[in-house]
Amino acid sequence: MATQHSRIAARFMVAPSVVLLFLWMIVPLVTTIYFSFLDYKLLVPKPSTWAGFDNYYYFLTDRTFLASILHTLAIVLGVLFITVVGGILLALLMNMPFWGQGIVRVLVIAPFFVMPTVSALVWKNMFMNPVNGMFAHIAKGLGLQPFDFLSQAPLLSIIGIVAWQWLPFATLILLTSLQSLDGEQQEAAEMDGASVLSRFFYLTVPHLTRAVTVVILIQTIFLLAVFAEIFVTTSGGPGTATTTISYLVYIQSLVKYDVGAGSAGGIIAVILANIVAFFAMRMIGKNLDA
Amino acid sequence: MGKIVLKSVRKSFGDVHVIPSVDLTIENGEFVVFVGPSGCGKSTLLRLIAGLEDTSSGTIEIDGKDATALPPAKRGLAMVFQSYALYPHMTVRKNIMFPLKMAGMDIEAATKKADAAAKVLNLTSYMERKPGQLSGGQRQRVAIGRAIVREPAAFLFDEPLSNLDAALRGNMRLEITELHHTLKTTMIYVTHDQVEAMTMADKIVVLQAGNIEQVGSPLDLYNHPANVFVAGFIGSPRMNLLTGADAQAMGATTIGVRPEHMDISTSAGKWKGVVSVAELLGSDTFLHVNVEGHGSMTVRAGGDVNLRHGDTVYLSPQDGKVHRFGADGKAIA
Ligand SMILES: Nc1ncnc2c1ncn2[C@@H]1O[C@H](COP(=O)(O)OP(=O)(O)OP(=O)(O)O)[C@@H](O)[C@H]1O
Ligand SMILES: [Mg+2]
Repeated sequence: MATQHSRIAARFMVAPSVVLLFLWMIVPLVTTIYFSFLDYKLLVPKPSTWAGFDNYYYFLTDRTFLASILHTLAIVLGVLFITVVGGILLALLMNMPFWGQGIVRVLVIAPFFVMPTVSALVWKNMFMNPVNGMFAHIAKGLGLQPFDFLSQAPLLSIIGIVAWQWLPFATLILLTSLQSLDGEQQEAAEMDGASVLSRFFYLTVPHLTRAVTVVILIQTIFLLAVFAEIFVTTSGGPGTATTTISYLVYIQSLVKYDVGAGSAGGIIAVILANIVAFFAMRMIGKNLDA
Repeated sequence: MGKIVLKSVRKSFGDVHVIPSVDLTIENGEFVVFVGPSGCGKSTLLRLIAGLEDTSSGTIEIDGKDATALPPAKRGLAMVFQSYALYPHMTVRKNIMFPLKMAGMDIEAATKKADAAAKVLNLTSYMERKPGQLSGGQRQRVAIGRAIVREPAAFLFDEPLSNLDAALRGNMRLEITELHHTLKTTMIYVTHDQVEAMTMADKIVVLQAGNIEQVGSPLDLYNHPANVFVAGFIGSPRMNLLTGADAQAMGATTIGVRPEHMDISTSAGKWKGVVSVAELLGSDTFLHVNVEGHGSMTVRAGGDVNLRHGDTVYLSPQDGKVHRFGADGKAIA
């Protein structure tokens, strides 16, 4: 019963958690903003002084900054492309009736349960290693020169590793959506003379847009923050070839021990993420309304 | 243009023989209704004709050509589904134009045809809406529109009106019948509904457990049911079926008398019983009478009879209106 009294009581009841959540968000944010305006280097034993916008200036004009934005975008877009296209194809395949469906589904989901550090290390040492890796063995077996993935195509290799982790998630969501596709609609289209391909493009794809939007939105949030995979495989290199924004923030604050510049980078990352989120929400809003 | 012939068509799903063997000829321009209890294989038979299911054996001829192995799109038939099966993200116009687009017709000609169909079906003002923004009856009309534009050899309807309320169902029944008069195309119509079957059909096919029990015009089936099953199935309320000495006396195993062919009197008659329920409909009164030795019988009386629960009445069948059936359930001529 939502009487005046119970509503007021409800507000009092939820107030502590709202306050706690607010502090939880606002305290780190404010501290980071505060640090980002300080000349605060852990290696220099002097009291931190006010630095104005210097930290921002240095971070933004750092040549690595632009590169790191491009690398971040490449990872986000590359992984999204692979997981959405691959996810649709896998979901279509898994939606067909075949023997051992249950086991195959569990197997496909499996990569999602492997920790990012672990899977990245497995890829690095057991697959991509140019001496001992599986791919190197295959290449040698075929009489080819082994390919050193992480030094010759570092960004693509990382995209591959991250896509492998996220493919199950995309497949699962898209499969659920496929299973809710109306059978009579498909039959009606079949009678209307639509080929398998036209049925896919005119019926299945529009039906999947909602699920695809959800996949894109959720994955974008996580992909912007990819860190462990880069840390354990390439450490941002060779050179700065795989340095993303989150990795650059890490380098600034914990490799160069420049907390001020690191914080400024963190704030810039937050702003960029919000811009992406804004566009993503607009897109999703449009798709979820229809 | 739309003659459909089924020759010993069989269909099994695994080891379930849904349709043991069906022979049926549907003439060009006929309105054929399939009726039968739930699960008797009406939809399956329709889907076999449509090509959405493969026959286990037997042949299906459309327009004199063997169509057994043709894919659904090549058979020149259009189907209207119970769930309407509209494409939810397309507007009404795009829905109606979809089959034409798939056939490769140019946009202008297709638009013209869609508009013409919309006019026939009173959909003109809804052309830019999506199916989600339409009422059930309007959706049904869109589904019919999508079927019409293809100019099929025959229309297949699978319980198209069962999701509509009673009043709308009555309207749509008329509209489909009118459409049949205008287009003169063969129509095959599956329904549960007695009234739809009786009022719309040129020919009714009564199915039970995948077998055809009887084929004939509505009045044929009503006046001369071929067996006990058809007698009990066609007509509402159901025919009263009696066994025992009374049937034996007439040289049959089972006799049947329709509720409207029963005379009722308070003084004398063949069977004595007690009224259990009187359903007053205004125009008619349906009396459910408990008769000793025969259980409940239904009688249709005029709207003005004044009988109620507990009254004793006498029932007698009208002369020449008694149906007689032998031990095998078949009618005795
Ligand atoms: N794909 C299938 N696999 C196995 N059995 C099936 C399949 N489709 C239908 N059946 C069986 O075939 C029988 C006839 O089904 P059908 O759908 O033709 O009945 P119906 O007469 O249309 O019934 P209703 O009036 O309830 O729609 C049913 O017993 C059903 O269980
Ligand atoms: Mg059915």
